[in-house]
Formats: sequence, C-alpha cells, structure tokens
Amino acid sequence: MEVSDTLKKIPIKFTINGQQKEVYVQSNDLLINLLKDELYLTGTKYGCGIGECGACTVFLNDEPVLACLTLAATVDGKEITTIEGLAKGNELHPMQVAFLKNAAVQCGFCTPGMILTAIALLKENPDPTEEEIRDYMRGNICRCTGYTQIIKAIKECASNQRS
Amino acid sequence: MQFNTRILAHKFEYLAPKTLTEALDLLSKYQDKNIKVLAGGTDLLVKMKTIAMNVDYLMNIKDIPELNFIDTAEGLIIGATIPLTYLLREDKVRTEYTALYEGIQSIAAPAIRNMATVAGNIGNASPAADTVPPLIAFGAKVIIESKQSKRTALLEELFTGPGKTILNPDELISRIEVPEVKSNTGSAFLKNSRVKADLAKINIAVSLQRNGQNCENCKIVFGAVAATAVRARKTEKLLEGHIITEELITQTAKEVSSEIKPINDIRSTAEYRILMSREMLCDALKLAWARTNSKNLFDSQDGGE
Repeated sequence: MEVSDTLKKIPIKFTINGQQKEVYVQSNDLLINLLKDELYLTGTKYGCGIGECGACTVFLNDEPVLACLTLAATVDGKEITTIEGLAKGNELHPMQVAFLKNAAVQCGFCTPGMILTAIALLKENPDPTEEEIRDYMRGNICRCTGYTQIIKAIKECASNQRS
Repeated sequence: MQFNTRILAHKFEYLAPKTLTEALDLLSKYQDKNIKVLAGGTDLLVKMKTIAMNVDYLMNIKDIPELNFIDTAEGLIIGATIPLTYLLREDKVRTEYTALYEGIQSIAAPAIRNMATVAGNIGNASPAADTVPPLIAFGAKVIIESKQSKRTALLEELFTGPGKTILNPDELISRIEVPEVKSNTGSAFLKNSRVKADLAKINIAVSLQRNGQNCENCKIVFGAVAATAVRARKTEKLLEGHIITEELITQTAKEVSSEIKPINDIRSTAEYRILMSREMLCDALKLAWARTNSKNLFDSQDGGE
C-alpha cells in the first residue's frame, strides 16, 4: 500500500524525568512502549490498554495522562514524568513514603499510577475528604482491592504536607 | 481476546500541522484516503486497537495554538483541543453552565479528562456522550471548517445517527460556541451509570429559566435513549409558560416516554431506560428549578441517582 512505503521514523525531542531525550519513533508507537521498551523505564505498567485501569498513568506537562492511549510522536516538545522521576536521589517522594508506611502496596502493579494520580489530586486539592479521594482516584483500579490502605496513605500524605 | 491492546498494530502516516490552515489543507488533500483527526485520542485510539479501522493518515491537531483556547468574555467559546479538565477550572462554567460542568465531571476519570476534548466528545457522535445534552440545553453551536468553507451548525442538528454527523470528510470542528446563559436560569445534569467512571445508560440535561413562579424557557435533552441525543420538545412545551409545581413536574415527566426511543444493549434494557427517564427527568427538573433561585448553584445536595 502506498502508505506503508512512505512510513518513516519520526524524530522527537522531549524531556523525560528531567532529562532531554532525542529518539526516533514510528507513527504507531505508543508512549507506554517507548518508555518501557526503548527507555527501560519499566515502572509504568500496562494494564488494560483501553484507558480503564490507570496503571499506565504518567505526567505529561505535569498532568496525569494515560501512556497506553498516547502516541509517542505526540510528546514531541513535551515533558514526561514517570514513577522513576519522583524520588530525589535516595529520597523518596512523600507520597511514596506514605504508601510504604501504610502498606498501600500489595502486588504493586497499580501503585505507580495510583501514586502519580494521588500527587495530582493533592496539587488540586490539598485537603481532600475521603469522598473526594475516592472520586478522583476512580480511574485507578487495584486488583488486590487494597483501597482502604491507599486512601489512608493519601490522607496521611495530605496532612503531612499541610503541617 | 482477539485483539491486542498493547500496541497499535496498523501503520499509518503521522501528520502534525502547526496551523489550522495547514490542517485544513491536509484534510482536503487526504479526504478520500482514510484520514482521521486526533485530538485527545481517548476514543479514537481505543477504536484503532479494538476494531478493524482503516486509518492511513492520522492528523494530530493538539499542537495547533489557534485551537487551544477558552473564551468566556461573551458566552463560552471552546477551542477544539481544550481538554475537558480546563473547563472544570473555569468559574463561569461551574456557576453558569452548571449542567455542562456536571456532565464533564461525570466523564471517566481525571487522566482521561486531561486528554479528552469537548470537540472530540461531539465529533465521536456517541449517543451517550456526556457533554452533548448539556451543550444542546445551552443552545451550543459548532463551527465547522474546511479548506473551502466555514459553516455553523446547531449542535442538536449535527448528529445523524450513532457515530454519524453532518461533517464532510474534509471538515473539522474548530470550536464550540455557547450563548450567554440568561438570568434566572438554573440547569442540571444527571447520569445513570453502573459505576461512576462508566458510560451512561441514560443521561439528561435540563435548563430552566424562571420568571416568578413561571417557567419562561425550558430545555430538556436526553442522551443514550435514542440514536442521537434528543430534545423532549413536547415535554418542554408542557412546562413553558406554566407555574411550576411538584405535581406539574411529576405529571409532565410521565409524557416523556413518547419522545425517546431507547434500545436494549449491554448497558441496559429499553424498558428500564423508559422508566428511569421519567424519574431522572423529575429529579433534574426539581434540581434545575431550585437552582434558578440563586447564583450559587451548588447549594443543594447531589441530585440523586
């Protein structure tokens, strides 16, 4: 077909966890696979692939988006942060600490997406009620059903942040 | 599962215009060659993964600055690439276009709302789209542009069936224009869905303008109960010019079943949809009516479900 003959690699430049990167991608490459397979940032998880589970959540220009529904080519010129970009050296992000302290991690598969979404929540609403936490986190699914601890962790992180 | 949602299996040529003119040129050039417009991608990419969809050219419009704006100076003008989240951050949307605010809030989850656009929700033409009933209730118009022409259509006249609109292959929605909300108007959006992040079994938007105890203007729009979003015009007429009482609302809501044509599908049955439409209409009317009293539209509790 005419189209496949003209397929070419697309050069993109973007910032990933604070570092400038220049890579070539195919038109149909997804951001999630660029992160995991090319950049070896395996913290971002592939869950459902259709935008229902939140496991592939990353920050695009500081706002959570789903890497499974983002074309790699579209992040040209943008800034991406993954779970790997949260810690400063050996010092974990306060939300990561809160998740650990509250045993909010069981199998861990939903955790990167949960933590990123929770950070975005506290940025918008530093003192959320349980109802508001549940509502904001509704696109992040935990198959271990560890929601109670996850909500506890987010509350604790919020109250630490405020004090 | 037969399909693989980890990858996009089909190859296509990626187009990334930086201006609207350039985008319209490309649409015109490839209009016969399976070109698709990519904005948020939250529906399009799912479709490309899960159904055999011929896409030879994919045009990303997200980096076109002219389409990336909200203007609240007069009414509400929404550029084609504005993410849903941005509208939730506008005070005017929350206080004046309340039904639209509630419709957007009911959509999926924050990450999806950071990607998805109003123009995409419209262009996708799902009968269950949550921004569509509120926008119709507020009298929204859609600006449709091609290389050769620019036209305006009422949103309620845009849809011709599920997934179908009056748009030609060389046209795109460049913005949505919503008129100023008249004074003494209250609105409400309600949605019936299995869980909060799910698509609507039924959704409804109501906008009422009050004059004393009278209802001066009324718009009632249902989603997911017909092939397109529908206005319940006969029911509107039963309220307009009348003194609003609880009895009138209950009586009127019974009439609505003649105006909708729901189907049985995976989300619900036609029978359930008819019965629930009445109840939701009652709730939405009462809530919207209560809101005509004050500018602070979030004084009453959730409108029930």
